[in-house]
Amino acid sequence: MESQVAEIVQHTGGAIGNAWLMIAFPLVGAFILLVFNRFTNRWGHLLGVAMSLASFVVAVLAFFELIGFGEEERRRAVHLYEFIPGMVDMGLLIDPLSICFALLITGVGSLIHIYSIGYMAHDEHRRRFFSYLNLFVAAMLLLVLADNYVGLFIGWEGVGLASYLLIGFWQFKPSAATAAKKAFVVNRVGDLGLLVGMFVIWTTFGTLTFQGLAEKITPGTQNGTMLAIGLLLLLGACGKSAQLPLQSWLLDAMEGPTPVSALIHAATMVTAGVYLVVRSGAFFFPEGSGAALAVAIVGAVTLLAGAIIGCAKDDIKKGLAGSTMSQIGYMMLGAGLGPAGYAFAIGHLITHGFFKADMFLGAGSVMHGMNDEVDMRKYGALRKAMPITYVTFMIGYLAIIGFPLLSGYFTKDGIIETAVHHQPILGWLAVIGAGVTGFYMSRMIFMTFFGEKRWADDAHPHESPLVMTVPLMILSLGAIGLGGWLVLGGTLYKFLIPAVGGNINEVPHFDFFSTPGLVTLALVAVGVVFAWMRYGRVAVPSVQPRGNFLTTFARRDLYGDALNESLFMRPGQWLTRLAVFFDNRGIDGVVNGLAAGIGGSSGRLRRIQTGFARSYALSILIGAALLTGALLFVGNI
Amino acid sequence: MTTHYLVLSGLLFAIGAMGVLIRRNAIVVFMCVELMLNACNLAFVTFSRQVGNLEGQIIAFFVMVVAAAEVVVGLAIIVTIFRTRRSASVDDANLLKY
Amino acid sequence: MSPWLPILMAVPVVGAIVVALLPKGSDKLAKQVTLLVSLLVLVLTGVMAAGFKPSGERFQFVAEYNWIPSFGVKFGVGVDGVALVLIALSVVLVPIVVLASWHDADGVKAADGTLITPKRSVKTYFSLLLVLETMMIGVFAATDIFLFYVFFEAMLIPMYFMIGSYGGAQRSYAAVKFLLYSLFGGLLMLVAVIGLYVVAGKQTFMFPELVGAIQDPTMQKWLFGGFFIAFAIKAPLWPVHTWLPDAAAQAPAGAAVLLVGVLDKVGTFGMLRFCLELFPDAAKAFTMPIVVLAVISIIYGAIVAIGQTDMKRLIAYTSISHFGFIVLGVFAMSSVAQSGAALYMVNHGFATGALFLAAGFLIARRGSPFIGDYGGVQKVAPVLAGFFLIAGLAGLSLPGLSSFVSEFMVMIGTYSSQAHGSGALAAAAVVSAVAVVLAAVYILWMVQRTMNGPTAEPVKAFKDLNAREIWVLAPLVALIIGFGFFPKPLLDVINPSVQQTLTNVQVPTSTIAEGTGQ
Repeated sequence: MESQVAEIVQHTGGAIGNAWLMIAFPLVGAFILLVFNRFTNRWGHLLGVAMSLASFVVAVLAFFELIGFGEEERRRAVHLYEFIPGMVDMGLLIDPLSICFALLITGVGSLIHIYSIGYMAHDEHRRRFFSYLNLFVAAMLLLVLADNYVGLFIGWEGVGLASYLLIGFWQFKPSAATAAKKAFVVNRVGDLGLLVGMFVIWTTFGTLTFQGLAEKITPGTQNGTMLAIGLLLLLGACGKSAQLPLQSWLLDAMEGPTPVSALIHAATMVTAGVYLVVRSGAFFFPEGSGAALAVAIVGAVTLLAGAIIGCAKDDIKKGLAGSTMSQIGYMMLGAGLGPAGYAFAIGHLITHGFFKADMFLGAGSVMHGMNDEVDMRKYGALRKAMPITYVTFMIGYLAIIGFPLLSGYFTKDGIIETAVHHQPILGWLAVIGAGVTGFYMSRMIFMTFFGEKRWADDAHPHESPLVMTVPLMILSLGAIGLGGWLVLGGTLYKFLIPAVGGNINEVPHFDFFSTPGLVTLALVAVGVVFAWMRYGRVAVPSVQPRGNFLTTFARRDLYGDALNESLFMRPGQWLTRLAVFFDNRGIDGVVNGLAAGIGGSSGRLRRIQTGFARSYALSILIGAALLTGALLFVGNI
Repeated sequence: MTTHYLVLSGLLFAIGAMGVLIRRNAIVVFMCVELMLNACNLAFVTFSRQVGNLEGQIIAFFVMVVAAAEVVVGLAIIVTIFRTRRSASVDDANLLKY
Repeated sequence: MSPWLPILMAVPVVGAIVVALLPKGSDKLAKQVTLLVSLLVLVLTGVMAAGFKPSGERFQFVAEYNWIPSFGVKFGVGVDGVALVLIALSVVLVPIVVLASWHDADGVKAADGTLITPKRSVKTYFSLLLVLETMMIGVFAATDIFLFYVFFEAMLIPMYFMIGSYGGAQRSYAAVKFLLYSLFGGLLMLVAVIGLYVVAGKQTFMFPELVGAIQDPTMQKWLFGGFFIAFAIKAPLWPVHTWLPDAAAQAPAGAAVLLVGVLDKVGTFGMLRFCLELFPDAAKAFTMPIVVLAVISIIYGAIVAIGQTDMKRLIAYTSISHFGFIVLGVFAMSSVAQSGAALYMVNHGFATGALFLAAGFLIARRGSPFIGDYGGVQKVAPVLAGFFLIAGLAGLSLPGLSSFVSEFMVMIGTYSSQAHGSGALAAAAVVSAVAVVLAAVYILWMVQRTMNGPTAEPVKAFKDLNAREIWVLAPLVALIIGFGFFPKPLLDVINPSVQQTLTNVQVPTSTIAEGTGQ
């Protein structure tokens, strides 16, 4: 017996009934900042922060209102308005799953808004930055709060737009503009999957709302159509969450300002794929189905790929980006394991949101103090220069490698143990991935905060202002305690049961001394020691060494870009050129040829008009004679 | 009886037509056209007499009126062309072509 | 008898005469009068539209006057939901175009900075614009097929002069190509109109009376062909599309907006109203070939758009892709897809209109339509870049903007349509969905090459949008975003008349399979 998904009940009034305010606040903020333009330059950032905080307050109120209901009544749908008549209405679904996301988005989002005040202080377009951030928060909230796939899709593309705008925020850099476009286009490939998935859902079930689907689908149903829908949704999830094979945009996305990388490309947007899988889990990814297995495989492969990429990057942000890919791989792996995995996946998503945002912002703080230098080979010995950043970053580091009793330890170990239990091969791959994580994160720490100074001559590293370090401290608090609070005793698992299913009697027990857990710890330790030997004990060269084949492989992002280029981009360019040529010469050629043909033949024909009156007279005579002859002939028949 | 008139009419018409086609002098061509018109007139009158109603003769009058009008305009044109070009050959007046 | 539509059609003509009769040198006055008249028409249309009852009779505001009694030709006008929204689209676009074209008729700047002087006067341009407005209203309002034909052809004439006299360097080539292409289709349609009159034998051209008049399937096919080819050229559908890029690229930006935004819609409108309802059996017989053509248009237009170096041509090719979607929706024979197609006609007018105008403003600053001549505009003219981006995003059907709703409805309606054996149409929907990715490539690549990157030398002197230009684009953007989240007002008007169409074609209106996942 499994899947105790609760029924969705209609709700009006209260904080939940007004949950649309969560979306409206940042949307209004973005609108004001964009429309009133220069006039808001002086206080625009404050408005942005205020709107994000207002949204957070609504989310908290809604959360407390939600837990006031009995467990079976914790899925509240709020009808907003008729969107496409006869197809879908716009509405919100406030349930344990979406409220978790809403709290994470508005909470971490607000912290990152505050941090950005300091980080972007010297940018002349700070107001525009905050308007985009607000737009992002609004779209992301719509994504997780919508009670139907169309609303989700609007939010889905909305965050894609915000991501596009923010990656390309410094659009005068060609690399940033290209990265922004690449992110959008690759995401659109994934969106294609989501879009076609919606076609199939609508055609098969005649509804696009989660409530409608819950009424029509018997839990655990498996057939070809369901598998197709599952795989199509997975394609969408891969695009948004930078999972293989659509991972290539995330590393380039680091062209954006660092708070963007923290908020969008680590804490929230990239986890939307996990949300999609978990939200659709009860319908299209039932435990043990082919679709769920595909999700788990994609997760396991990506977690290794991301970790390998992370090992070779000298750019601190790209290293963290590889790590993000890898961690989302863990979440996907968890999301492919049914309700038991969902709780850990979501748990890891939340703790990752904290510790990864913490580290990204820490990296931003380092860059802030180092004249925007991102190459870790130019860092070294920064722990003295920026102590707060160092401590908070260390906490994030310990959390991500799974140091016992910190957040990441509980959630990641939970995923690994569940995976070993359900899909042993994938589970052990995840264990290996944890070891690699230990290596690349330690490498980052050693290169950045320990060892010798390798700074550029004009670098004067200094600690960042309080407006930047306070968010760091708050995030690192989350990185310390959140995991244990969510996992121990199955708090999150129980809380999520009404939304994603599960069995109240089979709450997974967190085992501190399980075999996979101990092996993981041992491997992580090996990874840390290995990193210390390579980057801690010996001096790090400030110029990148050539590296062997494997290093190059990882530095080139596992040749993902090369593959895309040779498989899609170049053939695509040829096809485009061919099509343009065909259009100009082929189709238009026929048209113009026809015109030229008519023109030419009439040019010949007019030569008959010689201008000699007598030849006209002759042709008249012949004509008359022929006519007379014809009349005689016809008359004789 | 009427056959002779019709044959005469045909002969006159043929002579006129040949004249139009062969001669270059505009005045001669013009007279040949008149000859053809009158050949037609003869045919009309002949048939009128043969059939016994007046319509053919009326048409003959119409033709004569048109021919007179044509002579007025046509001769004027020919004279003008002769004045400007010192030639009355129809082949020389071939600018209106293509 | 309701006087609304004749009044709507008369006001612009009167305005056109007034503008044409203004003394020489009063160009500014001519522009002001044109703007006032077009705004008056907009207000009148708004008042009329408020009285439209979606649940009422199909054709409302009907008026009929005898025109050529011996052939039963009438001046018959009336609107159903689809016609109403298209008239609304036209009258919204005209004042915007007038404002946008404030300096268009003064001449177009060439790439080297020289002015290509127009052949005719400024007031003639605006007078032509008003004449065109009358014809646009007339063509959508006509319920008499002969009257429709007259407007269909007559519309070419003002547009011919607007392209041929006020356009870019190759204007005569483009104008003649546009005219000949359209006339060719129009003549085929004339043959079909006469054939319809003769075969039906009802001594009338009135559309409502001719529905179902032709029973013979073979005759239906021939007449359908006549109408369809004319509409396919107008729309334009692959492979008879090559006049559009030339015409749109050479026309002044305002005229291009009306050309692509409204005139081409007559083609798809005609398919929906005339091809389907008058010849239902033929329409069903030809569904698959037409769907294939539509899908080719969608993909082909998008791919060719990616390869364009000229902004206006690029936008024209994106329109070819979008018209493919509209045709697909019309012939998918499901209510969702057809409503989506009708909605698409309106949304495409706004979205492409905004994009053409924004591109026009950009081109007016530099003279060159070539993408390669720009770069880094965002740095010097952020407002222009912002509007350009929003218009572009509407062109790639970003969810939350109006074109998404219609594109989504077309695709999902096509996928779920059971009209022609579900498999083929479903495949068509999936293939056309690939255009979603291609659209992102052509729009964002254009944005990147023009707006982003280091600022090109000639671009540095650019001024940002002035108040007039902002007032041109702001209403369009407001409509795009507004209808993106609240498409219901339009759909409520469109849906009943689409249902009526499907009833006349004898397709069951509920095409959603009641399946379960078991």
